[in-house]
Amino acid sequence: MTTIAELPPGFADKVLSAQSTFRSVMDAMARPGSVQRIIPMAGTAGPMMRGTAAIALTLFDHDTPIWLDPRISDSSDVLKWIKFHTGAPVVQDPSIAAFALISDGVLLPTLERFALGTNEYPDRSTTVIIQVESLEAGRSFDLRGPGIDDVATLQASIRPFDLFDRLRLNETLFPRGIDVVLVADDFVVAIPRTTRVVSKES
Amino acid sequence: MNAPAYNFAYLDEQTKRMIRRAILKAIAIPGYQVPFASREMPMPYGWGTGGVQVTAAILGPQDVLKVIDQGSDDTTNAISIRKFFARTAGVATTTATDEATVIQTRHRIPETALHENQVLVYQVPIPEPLRFLEPRETETRRMHALAEYGLMHVKLYEDIARFGHIATAYAYPVKVNARYVMDPSPTPKFDNPKMDNCPALQLFGAGREKRIYAIPPYTQVVSLDFEDHPFEPYRFNAPCALCAAENSYLDEIVTDDKGGRMFVCSDTDYCESRQAAGHHGSQSAAPYKEKAQGGSHD
Repeated sequence: MTTIAELPPGFADKVLSAQSTFRSVMDAMARPGSVQRIIPMAGTAGPMMRGTAAIALTLFDHDTPIWLDPRISDSSDVLKWIKFHTGAPVVQDPSIAAFALISDGVLLPTLERFALGTNEYPDRSTTVIIQVESLEAGRSFDLRGPGIDDVATLQASIRPFDLFDRLRLNETLFPRGIDVVLVADDFVVAIPRTTRVVSKES
Repeated sequence: MNAPAYNFAYLDEQTKRMIRRAILKAIAIPGYQVPFASREMPMPYGWGTGGVQVTAAILGPQDVLKVIDQGSDDTTNAISIRKFFARTAGVATTTATDEATVIQTRHRIPETALHENQVLVYQVPIPEPLRFLEPRETETRRMHALAEYGLMHVKLYEDIARFGHIATAYAYPVKVNARYVMDPSPTPKFDNPKMDNCPALQLFGAGREKRIYAIPPYTQVVSLDFEDHPFEPYRFNAPCALCAAENSYLDEIVTDDKGGRMFVCSDTDYCESRQAAGHHGSQSAAPYKEKAQGGSHD
């Protein structure tokens, strides 16, 4: 049993750390495929990476239902950490989640199970945060879409391997869709619903 | 306690989180208006409460802030917002477009081309481009959902039928990323082409109407028009009277009650840097020379 006093800490400076983390995530979302660095660090619990913890502290609160993959939700340390530092309710039903935390991509459920938004309110959709092995090396993906000057090349080692194939549902659903944030340690890349993969090589 | 203690950049952290989440969704769905729980700000509606909230949510201590009102750094609105953030966030401020990392604007886009490390924050009075055509929010929301924008084309067509050309001169509707029709805020249509494929991130905040929307960098922004009546930016056919610029947006200034007027750049930073670089217009003051007290003026 971890007591509150033994929980890994949140940000040392709540205000400025959240601002700095947000700007990294905002830049990542505005420039899909670009690798942004999350500077401020907080304690992490269980399988959470440093970047994931910082994003959670920055964006989660009592207004944002969170869905956790089975590996995270099995960790009572993470549940306590999220509850204590963010106050966000953890939900079992992914279709009402504002954010989903995926500690390992193999645990990613079918994307249709998340909130996809409605045509009237496409913003009411789940932002899926997926921890990946690397955002610096691995297969290369050529990305196009708003925020990208012609083509952006992302080199990443991602699970599930067919993530970008799965994300093709965004093409047919738009303006509904799933926005993805990839985290590898303290690096972050965002793939909003408007981003398309134009070519892949292994 | 004597002085009231404010959080960094005035807003409390819960409000910032809410606004930040709205900004992320706005970027992910270019041109779509994300509802947000707009707060009361210590300034009246119409003075940029939406823009101020967006700026407060993104601003950090490293940022350099520029605020313009109709292109000018020196008007009441611009100065008071600049001072507001200098006091509540302690950020550096500037009037130079190049040096700014965050530019909050009312009704203009700077003449100097923006770059990748900048965010342009617009103050928006009426975010819904269809509002004056259809007053019901439920209906305009449905029209956006279905991408049903025929009504807007009818409006532009009626301009042509009545005046012979598209008479809409500001808040000229644009289509973002070939999907959402968006109000670019009451910027002159002269500025519309600058929104297209812009390297900087553009964020829009409407405080009273409680909406945030965005144009990501390098995103297609097309002004609505017709094949036989293509979009044309409008500009007074005159050089700036102070810096002789031929390609900047001009303000008309009445100089007397006998019909006298002059045209000057609306972007004060652009105009002043051109004057400093040696460009002079027809109304430029003669170069300043020191004179002895009581010397004659010529």
